[in-house]
Amino acid sequence: MSWWPVLVLCASAYALKALGLAIGARLDHETSARWSLEIVVVPVLAALIVIQTFTAGQRFVLDARTPALLVAAVLVWRKAPFVVVALSAAATAALLRLVA
Amino acid sequence: MSRDPITRNALSIGVATAVYAVSFGVLSVAAGFSVVQTCVMSVVCFTGASQLTFVSVIAAGGGVAGALPPALLLAARNAIYAVSLKDVLSGSVPKRALRAQVIVDETTAMAHAQPTLAAKRRAFDLTALCLFTAWNAGTLAGALAGSGLGNPRDFGLDAVFPAVFLALLAPQLRGPDAMRAAVAGAIIALALVPIAPAGVPIIAAALGAVPVLLASSRRRRVALTQAPEAGR
Repeated sequence: MSWWPVLVLCASAYALKALGLAIGARLDHETSARWSLEIVVVPVLAALIVIQTFTAGQRFVLDARTPALLVAAVLVWRKAPFVVVALSAAATAALLRLVA
Repeated sequence: MSRDPITRNALSIGVATAVYAVSFGVLSVAAGFSVVQTCVMSVVCFTGASQLTFVSVIAAGGGVAGALPPALLLAARNAIYAVSLKDVLSGSVPKRALRAQVIVDETTAMAHAQPTLAAKRRAFDLTALCLFTAWNAGTLAGALAGSGLGNPRDFGLDAVFPAVFLALLAPQLRGPDAMRAAVAGAIIALALVPIAPAGVPIIAAALGAVPVLLASSRRRRVALTQAPEAGR
């Protein structure tokens, strides 16, 4: 495999990250105080969660990940420790797949 | 395990990530990349979903022209994260340039889940350290071994990431505004999944924050103009 696709991927990935920081740095205090930018991450993370749980490629899928997320949701609601949430989600999905 | 929750959480994210990194290493070498190329990708590109898509499309015969666009669309959300991290990643230009490299889902979510600026900065750096170490060590192991520890799905690891992001999103859901933005983001993303290329639904989800941003900006302007009267 030639090097240029690797280098193009690496350069573009870094450029995207740096671009975001450069845009952030250019926003003056007044603008960033008026638009509390942290909230932008909230819908993006929510999207990440539903996409990682309910889709495979461009299809919707209900599989072992769905009950695993439900278990995680209950544990997060009950304020369980982070590690417990992560391990319980993995155990739920792994056990369901083992049984199936 | 450490008693400090930030360290402990960063370590657990690192462990789950390492297993995925092994899969990436295996997949990348199988797709025709050398061990060195595979490791350079993990060090310099350092964007999991993007790298996995890139080598998977090439392994499936999609070619570089087919693999680059989806990989870059998946990497584009890091730009949104970077804007949101502007106060967390202050400091000298070289330091910011170095931290820019580690702006990904996990570091951003861990930073914003903390209550204070100091904790956000610490969470970002510690998560970055664990993630970078795990991702690169796992990649090298997978690339050298040529076969993995088995499918991460068999250990339920594909279910760990949404669970972890939910745990990190929860403390950010203070008040109805954040709740509305989260629901809007999830709906936008799911609506776009069948019709838009991978990566686009997640970027477009950011639009879910627009009504909340407009409303809060309007509220603040009203508060500013009314403040002198209220003080009378």
